[in-house]
Amino acid sequence: MSNISDVITIHEAHRLLKEKKISSVELTKHYLEHIKKSEPEVKAFTTVTAELALQQAKQADETIAAGKIQSLTGIPIAIKDVICTQGVRTTCSSKMLENFVPPYNAAVMEKLDAAGAVMVGKTNMDEFAMGSSTENSAFFTTHNPWDLGRVPGGSSGGSAVAVAVGEAVCALGSDTGGSIRQPAGFCSVVGMKPTYGRVSRYGLVAFASSLDQIGPLTQDVTDCAIVMNAISGHDKRDSTSVPESVPDYTKSLKPDLKGMKLGIPKEYFVEGMQKGVADTIKVAMKKLEELGAKLEEVSLPHTPYALAVYYIIAPSEASANLARYDGVKYGYSYKGDTMWESMEKTRGNGFGPEVKRRIMLGTYALSAGFYDAWYIKAQKVRTLIRREFDEVFEKYDALVTPTSPTVPFKIGERMDDPLAMYLSDICTLPVNIAGVPGVSIQAGFTDGLPVGMQIIGKNFGEETILKVAYAYEQATDWHKKRAEV
Amino acid sequence: MKLTREEVLHIAHLARIALTEEEITRMSEQLSHLLEHFEVLQQVDTEGVSPTAQSVDLSSVMRGDEIKPSLPQDDVLANAPRREGDCFRVRAVLE
Repeated sequence: MSNISDVITIHEAHRLLKEKKISSVELTKHYLEHIKKSEPEVKAFTTVTAELALQQAKQADETIAAGKIQSLTGIPIAIKDVICTQGVRTTCSSKMLENFVPPYNAAVMEKLDAAGAVMVGKTNMDEFAMGSSTENSAFFTTHNPWDLGRVPGGSSGGSAVAVAVGEAVCALGSDTGGSIRQPAGFCSVVGMKPTYGRVSRYGLVAFASSLDQIGPLTQDVTDCAIVMNAISGHDKRDSTSVPESVPDYTKSLKPDLKGMKLGIPKEYFVEGMQKGVADTIKVAMKKLEELGAKLEEVSLPHTPYALAVYYIIAPSEASANLARYDGVKYGYSYKGDTMWESMEKTRGNGFGPEVKRRIMLGTYALSAGFYDAWYIKAQKVRTLIRREFDEVFEKYDALVTPTSPTVPFKIGERMDDPLAMYLSDICTLPVNIAGVPGVSIQAGFTDGLPVGMQIIGKNFGEETILKVAYAYEQATDWHKKRAEV
Repeated sequence: MKLTREEVLHIAHLARIALTEEEITRMSEQLSHLLEHFEVLQQVDTEGVSPTAQSVDLSSVMRGDEIKPSLPQDDVLANAPRREGDCFRVRAVLE
């Protein structure tokens, strides 16, 4: 049997499984062992599903023996705890759903099951996906493997860390304002937010329905394409899912950028961006030029308004979506003397500070007398931001930006300053507002900490951004650098 | 932009969230600070611009009115904090 510690990507593990050099049960046991070893340090999982994983691995081995292997058959994967898994508790890292066991699977889980993937566990996150550091988890904080005193980013921090330290081969996350890309950048893995409507959200616990998307976190770009192949596609149960055919994303992986035009939006190099981050991205951009791409500075003048637009629209939608937590149908329930007291204390005790803050903000923006001035105004500026992206994509194949203005910050540093926390998503928010796809890849390091580079494409332009990402990755070694825990 | 204690209590009431005294004070400070920052939106000229509710070009997606199996009642009720027979048990709505 070959050395499993060398098995880090889906495509490598797939080759070994296919050639029968290793079984899925062996592979899964290795990952479960590794979880046991690393968890005390990084705390990436809310639930480890060892027994279920071994059952699924056994089944996968039978599928492989029958000659029916697919790209994800027998591959250990971690799932963000916001995606419903039938029979396995789905907590959203909230006290509200601490004991919630979904009676059905999310659409992406059905797809992974059909592909024969092996779920090793559910990953920690900011409560209800609201946050940028995973510190808003009601259970515990996840630690960045590159410096355990720093945050892994968020809200999909658990998924990013699980992939970064090899507790799973790959993971799924969700991204409403950067929640896949920002932690991917902070932990030095690849993370993609697909086009709005590309992946079904059926069974994704809703945060902000006009912005939420599910996407992959992987070791490299090839794996990202493989997971995208598995989870994309139309689903009648999600009315925002787009009936657009799914290409084979692995076919777009060609390391040649000749003739490509890439825009560098100047507004993304914001005031307060760390010099080490800006410098690393500039070096990476040079590399893209060497690979044949033509780079030009572009302007998206409404970018500075994206933060305000996002933090009006997302909390407004959240305030409506989270109205369902009333202590009656499922979840935490306070038993008061009256119906109203029960409901108010259920929500007061069950939600953490950031979730309450956002529900309050959204309720305010939607309330009588403020609706037009805040909510409708934000939706109008959203139109302007979308138009700018449309216009720029008439001339450019993709945009290249830093994923975050800073390297991972220290645990605790921004917890008392919501605005400082929100600013860490400044480069990723506009992408959700416009609905377009974005991917964060490993651009390099500054002072030993990872820097992510974001590549943004037009609607359903995943193939183009994967191509740019792949070309950069093949020309560099950053994706091979591993955090040691 | 300063949210008063009364305004915070009004919003908390609309959202049906019980807040502690400490939370009311913090919420008033933090929401005021955020809204102050978000006031930049008022500088943007949006004359004649229509609002965007979502970013895909789909509208009024309907499904056929067909009878399909639903989840078994026991599965749906399994997470209920209080159950009575095949129903969710709620507190008295009318006093």
